[in-house]
Amino acid sequence: MAKIFTLRRPTDVADLVRSHGLTGLVRPASAHVPHPDGVGERILPVLPELRGLFPAGGLRRGSTVLVGGSTSLLLSLLTSASSAGSWCAVVGMPDLGLVAAAEFGIALGRLALVPDPGPDWPAVVAALLDGIDVVVAAPPGPVPVALAGRLAARARQRGGVLVPYGRWTGADVVLEATAGGWSGLGRGRGRLCRHELVVSRRGRGAAALPRQAVVWIPRLGCVDPPGLGCVDPPGDLGRLHPLQGEQASKISRSPGQVGAVA
Amino acid sequence: MSRTMLVWCPDWPVVAAGLVEGVSVHEPVAILAANRVVACSVAARAEGVRGGLRKREAQSRCPHLVVLEDDPARDARAFEPVVAAVEELAAGVEVIRPGSCALAARGPSRYFGSEAAAAERIVEHVAQSCLVEAQVGVAEGAFAAGLAARTGRLVKPGETPAFLAGIDIAALDRPELVDLLRRLGVGTLGAFAALPAADVLGRFGLDAVLAHRLAAGRDERPLAARRPPPDLDVGQTFDEPLERVDAAAFAARQLAERLHERLAGHGLACTRLGIAAVTEHGAELHRTWRHDGLLTAAGIADRVRWQLDGWLARTGRRPGAIVRLRLYPDGVVEYAGFQLGLWGDAGEERDRAHRALTRVQGMLGPDAVVTGALVGGRDPGDRIRLVPWGDERPDPATEPWPGRLPEPAPASVPREPLPVEVFDGAGAPVRLAARLGITGEPAGLSFVGPPAAAARPAQPPAVVEPSAVVEPSAVVEPITGWAGPWPVDERWWAPEEASPRVRFQVCLADGRALLLTLTSGLWSVTGVYE
Repeated sequence: MAKIFTLRRPTDVADLVRSHGLTGLVRPASAHVPHPDGVGERILPVLPELRGLFPAGGLRRGSTVLVGGSTSLLLSLLTSASSAGSWCAVVGMPDLGLVAAAEFGIALGRLALVPDPGPDWPAVVAALLDGIDVVVAAPPGPVPVALAGRLAARARQRGGVLVPYGRWTGADVVLEATAGGWSGLGRGRGRLCRHELVVSRRGRGAAALPRQAVVWIPRLGCVDPPGLGCVDPPGDLGRLHPLQGEQASKISRSPGQVGAVA
Repeated sequence: MSRTMLVWCPDWPVVAAGLVEGVSVHEPVAILAANRVVACSVAARAEGVRGGLRKREAQSRCPHLVVLEDDPARDARAFEPVVAAVEELAAGVEVIRPGSCALAARGPSRYFGSEAAAAERIVEHVAQSCLVEAQVGVAEGAFAAGLAARTGRLVKPGETPAFLAGIDIAALDRPELVDLLRRLGVGTLGAFAALPAADVLGRFGLDAVLAHRLAAGRDERPLAARRPPPDLDVGQTFDEPLERVDAAAFAARQLAERLHERLAGHGLACTRLGIAAVTEHGAELHRTWRHDGLLTAAGIADRVRWQLDGWLARTGRRPGAIVRLRLYPDGVVEYAGFQLGLWGDAGEERDRAHRALTRVQGMLGPDAVVTGALVGGRDPGDRIRLVPWGDERPDPATEPWPGRLPEPAPASVPREPLPVEVFDGAGAPVRLAARLGITGEPAGLSFVGPPAAAARPAQPPAVVEPSAVVEPSAVVEPITGWAGPWPVDERWWAPEEASPRVRFQVCLADGRALLLTLTSGLWSVTGVYE
């Protein structure tokens, strides 16, 4: 017959867990995070590097996430959701580099573009929020607060994620590429090879606490100089440190291999 | 080997011409292909017209000969009712060519009592329903049955080789082989069948072996039965004739859903929709709607509603209330889009996305919503083809493209290249020198025109100004790193399309990186790494 424990103090729980060899398996209910099963339901996945920037650990359906400063940051935000099967749409960005999007791992077949939505772009965004999981909207000018609120409410109601790119008021999470730089390019040699992107977060509610993360692009190595750690699993690349002088000069000496004449 | 029954209509091209063109088949009629007679009526044959004669020769033998051009499509079209008539009595009819069709003899002979009774019944039914004279032959295999049908013979089971043995070798319908065999002294199918198969293969080749098998009565190819096309039409008769548009729209929606369900059940979708209505005065109205994409249930309902609206609201000669409505898919294509994905993920979410995108297309036009597809090319802009939503996407290019820029690709690709100027350390513009050299090391860059938003420094979004602001162009931004020139000389064989150019990658002091292109002395930004 099972023994019934009466737990009175937190130390009782700790003792019990330790005595039954359950350390690491039992957690208090307050530490519960959504199970991966729940990710597909309410939370769309994001790259591991960016996960810490979101209070929910991913793009919560119905939320508004403002992105600024870098198209690469925008693309890296869409990557995991798109490769997990979500549909994405980008409104008002005729210059978006789709080759880069494909290199990030975004499924181009599920990435719809509306390059020129015209003056009626809010209606387009609202229509897309009805059926598309992540809708990126790059408004052509300043957006009235009331309009931003209406579109955010539409996203909340339909369960889509609205990602404004540019000026916006009232976003739940604000991601900005605050610093960054390219490595791999010397004076007349090498090639652009690795992009460091420092992303800082602002926001409201649980996201009000400022945070920073570093994203490296591309995530898996395009060159393979010794010591750069390109064999690391993708999840660890986000924690790579910036190149120091010796490594950087090694990369910049690597041959360009691109000068082929057609 | 299965007993095969073959229904043969003699001189079918002539009969078909009589049915379709209305010529009298009892007069001398000849069908010509490439100025040679391919078929003629009995009356013409009596006058001496034979297959293979030239037109002039045939007319000289029979001056009042009616000559018609050969038209296989006409023959096939006219034969369709005959096949349908045979199908009413027996299942599994295979059309061999216009004028003859075959079926397994077992079913009808058991049903009608004997092969003779079945043959008689089929000939009678074809004659009654199509006014066409037919003959039936039964033997083992379609080849032997075809020969038996010429004489209307029912070959007894097991006697097929003996039946074939006495027939002239020309029945093989292989002129070159027949000619050769005749010169070798082989005049009948029986004599040909008596040759050893291995020697026939060695001497005459593979096709002759097939002919040899036919001649020996071993036609083992099973009949490929014609499957009648599925009946996709939906229709409804209304007890109370429809007079008002809203009532018609309600009926249209129900019919559209039924049609859509039926199509989906066959894995089909509809590209052309036929709408037919019968009014209370007995008038038949008919209209076909065409659609470039696939018609969904809502799309079908909309079109039916529009059409009924047009008919019912017609001013002047009012057609009257509608008593019967029929929808028939005129053009169908196979479409798996209605089927759920294997893992259940592709279904509902994709449908929702499709609806949303189709709706935006309805707002802005079909070309306003695009998806990108990777195709071959050397510059980032060339490697993407934008496909309007709903159109077929090209297959992804997997071939290597020498001269392609290395990864990572620029995250922004301006639609129109932004003109810039690049200066060396002394302030002189950098140009291309002989043998892919450059006149100086790039040290500074200035935007010639108003810089677009894409090329602007990375700044917090709250500070980004709208793109209408024109900045002074005199600012020279220092270049901290560069690589190049990487030449591309595409389409040099077509002078007006050729665009010899070199590409550079440069890093600016503020952390941005640009892809620059130098074409005949003009610098431009063709990609922004940001």
